[in-house]
Formats: sequence, structure tokens, C-alpha cells
Amino acid sequence: MIYVKDLHKSFGKLEVLRGVSEHIEQGECVVVIGPSGSGKSTFLRCLNLLETPTSGEILFDGVSMTDPKTDINKMRQKMGMVFQHFNLFPNMTILKNITLAPVRTKLMSEAEAKQEAMTLLERVGLADKANAYPAQLSGGQKQRIAIVRSLAMHPEVILFDEPTSALDPEMVGEVLDVMRKLAEDGLTMVVVTHEMGFAREVGDRILFMEDGVIVEENTPAEFFAAPQSERARSFLAKVL
Amino acid sequence: MELYTTWKALITAGDPVTAWQKFYVYFYQAFVEADRWKQYIEGVGRTLYVTALALILGVILGVLVAVVRTAHDQQRPGHRNPILGVLNLIFKVYVTVIRGTPMMVQLLIMGFVIFSSSKNFALVGALTLGINSGAYQAEIIRGGLMAVDAGQNEAGRSLGLTYVDTMRFIIIPQAVKAILPALGNEFIVLLKDTSLISVIGGKELLYAARAVVSRTYEAMFPFLGTAVIYLVLVMLFTWLLGIFERRMRASDLR
Repeated sequence: MIYVKDLHKSFGKLEVLRGVSEHIEQGECVVVIGPSGSGKSTFLRCLNLLETPTSGEILFDGVSMTDPKTDINKMRQKMGMVFQHFNLFPNMTILKNITLAPVRTKLMSEAEAKQEAMTLLERVGLADKANAYPAQLSGGQKQRIAIVRSLAMHPEVILFDEPTSALDPEMVGEVLDVMRKLAEDGLTMVVVTHEMGFAREVGDRILFMEDGVIVEENTPAEFFAAPQSERARSFLAKVL
Repeated sequence: MELYTTWKALITAGDPVTAWQKFYVYFYQAFVEADRWKQYIEGVGRTLYVTALALILGVILGVLVAVVRTAHDQQRPGHRNPILGVLNLIFKVYVTVIRGTPMMVQLLIMGFVIFSSSKNFALVGALTLGINSGAYQAEIIRGGLMAVDAGQNEAGRSLGLTYVDTMRFIIIPQAVKAILPALGNEFIVLLKDTSLISVIGGKELLYAARAVVSRTYEAMFPFLGTAVIYLVLVMLFTWLLGIFERRMRASDLR
């Protein structure tokens, strides 16, 4: 579904990605792990062009994301993103946060979007917060809303950029539960995370990144039991 | 009326009068005699009219310049829009020239050079003030737009919203809330700066006061009265802004 070919990204002199090639298939949950500064987030943000790659190509549903002629807004509608800091819109109610994009992109009518939003809010157990403002919610609630906001666009894939890193420990579980359910429902997901438990249980595939390249690609079972690369071994020794 | 005439005669003759009598005479002369209060009311009306026109023009210019300049700076590398580049350059020159020259000089140039044949002084004044205020507002608004967390823009765009929609529904509302105090300040400056258009013949409040002074040769009450009227206007304005600000803060409830 997403083909990445020899992706490079530099910020000034700093080369963050130095040739990443990857294929993400329909319905799989790919977990990207690695030490900080390894380029995981940059890789994720290049996928929906929040960062413009320096070179390389990204094909999403057969369309080149990096081609200047591509309607990037149309492509992004099919590619949701969940951020570390939630990035809910503080000036709108929860309901408006969720319905804004589907209505403005003419994906749904106002009424349809509302109904869809309520159904999704019901699913994450936050229907009673529909008319609250983001400032009134806890971190875990905000992140669940952010996931719902993404889902409301009916994306083909959702990118998760360290979705639990900014949360208090007791709120991590509720967000991971929602993500686990999405993975079970067969949503294509690319998850950058430090939650090794989640990676092991939910991931279909682990990408271990370091210094801007994918060092190891493995199934979770094998990766955590017997990593092939020395660097993955020393990383796991530190985090587990 | 009779009191005024008799006491005025005393003062002109140089006879001793009480402070109260003096106060009464000069006050009467400044505001009541020959229905002079009507001139002040007319002046206030003209002041408010010029302020409103300049405010509308200033806000339109300010938002336009700020949005174009921010959009220009936020373009993705390799997606540079040449039209945006040209507009950005023009607006940069505009802001530099307007902020780099005194308001009074701008008024004199507009009134006596560019529109020297126009008799509609108030309109020329409003135009000048609006253009002037727009440059300052542009920088205030631009600051507000840049101060909104970059994550907000990313969230909007990652949902597939266009740049314009993201600006309109997400960034600008948050920026406006943040810059309202600074913008209020600018509006107050604008209201008071309308007094400058009297130099090109705009018949606003200060013009009315000066007309009275040149009639009566007494400066104190007309000018003090003008100061009080401006103060009241500004306080009213501040009060209205306060109401608006409270409404904008609805989403801060916890």
C-alpha cells in the first residue's frame, strides 16, 4: 500500500534519513522503534509529507506523494495521523474537532459527520464529552479524541507518532487499548513508539531504526527473543 | 444667559470676580454659547466615522498582509508560488515605508500632494489612517499567526484540510484570541490618531475644539473638554473589547 524507495531527508547539514526503503502492506500494524534521534519520527512525517523528503520516492496507493502535481490534500485525507502532543484544536468543541475535516473536505454532510463522530466517540467511551473543549480533558482522553478525529476521515492508514509519550503513566493503557482494537479490526497502522509491550503484542512487524536507516526488520516474536543485529541487541538491553 | 453676560462684562472690564464666576463664564463660552456643544457632537460623530472607516480598512489590510506574508514563509521547499513571492515583496515594502515615516507626514502627503484636489478631507484622512494602521496590524497579526503552535497546522493539514481552511478555522481564531490585547491597543491608538486629520482640514473633534478656541480666545475648556471626550470614548472602546475578549475565552473553561 505504501512503497518507500531510498528516502533521504536532511535538515541543513544534518542528514536524518539516509536511504530508507520499505513496503507497508494493507492491514498490517508496523511498529517503528529505535533510540531517539534515529529518524523514526522524521520517517513517519515524510510519509504524509509533513516533512518534504530531500530525495527518494513515496508511493501511496500507486500515487507518488513526492510528485509536485499530486493533490497532497486528497492523499492526506486517506492517511490519518496521531501526534505525540495530540494537537486537538483548542478553539473548538470535541464534536467540532472531529467533524471539521469530514465536512470541509465534503466527505460527509454536517449531519452525517455528527452521527459518525458520536458513533466513534461511543466506541472509545467518550460520548459524554462531545460538547466539552479539549482543555477540559485529561491527556489520555485527548489522545483518544485525536484518534477518533483521524478515524472520522475513514483513512486507509493511520500514522501514530509516539502517541503515548506525552501521557501520564496511568493513561497510557487506555490509549493503547484503543489502538489495539483498531489493529484487530484490520486498520493499517504505522506506529512510532517506545512501548515495547505494545510492539510485541500488537505489531505484525518491527522496524528497528538507528542513524537514519532501518537496521533490522523482523517479526515481534523474533525481534524481542533473538534480535539479529548487534545494535538492536544493545538497544533492547537498555530499554527492557 | 443673563448671568453669563453680566459676569463676562465684569471680566472684560477687569473687575474682581470669584473663581466660580470665572469658571461659569469660560465653561458657558466654550460649550453653551452659540450652541457650540453641537460642534463637539458633530466632531465626535466625524471622529467615530473616520475611526470606523480606518479600522475596517486597517483590519482588511492587516489580515491580508499578515496572511500572505505568513503563507509565503510557510511554503514547502520546491513549491514556491511566484505570485505569492511578488505580493510578499510588495507588502514588505508597504510595511517598511509606512512604519518608517511619521503619521503626520503621511497625512500631509496624502492631503496636499496625492489628493490635493479632493475636498473630502475626512475620507482622505480615514484612508491614510487605515493604510497606516494596516501596516502595524499586519505585524501584530503575523506575530499571532506565528505564535500558534506548529502542531495545530500539522494536525489540520494531516486531516487533508487545505491551507486556507486550516488558516480560517484553526490558526486565525487562535491567533486572534492571543493578539486581542495588542490589537485593542492599536485600535485605541487609531481612535486617538484621528485627531491628526485636523491638519489636512478633517472636521473631527479636535478641529471643532480649535474652531471654538479661535472664536473665544480661550483654550482651557475646549481642549480639556476634548481630552475628556477622548478619554470617555477610549474607555467605552476598552469596555467593548473586554466583552469580546471574554467571549473568545469560552474554550478556556476547565
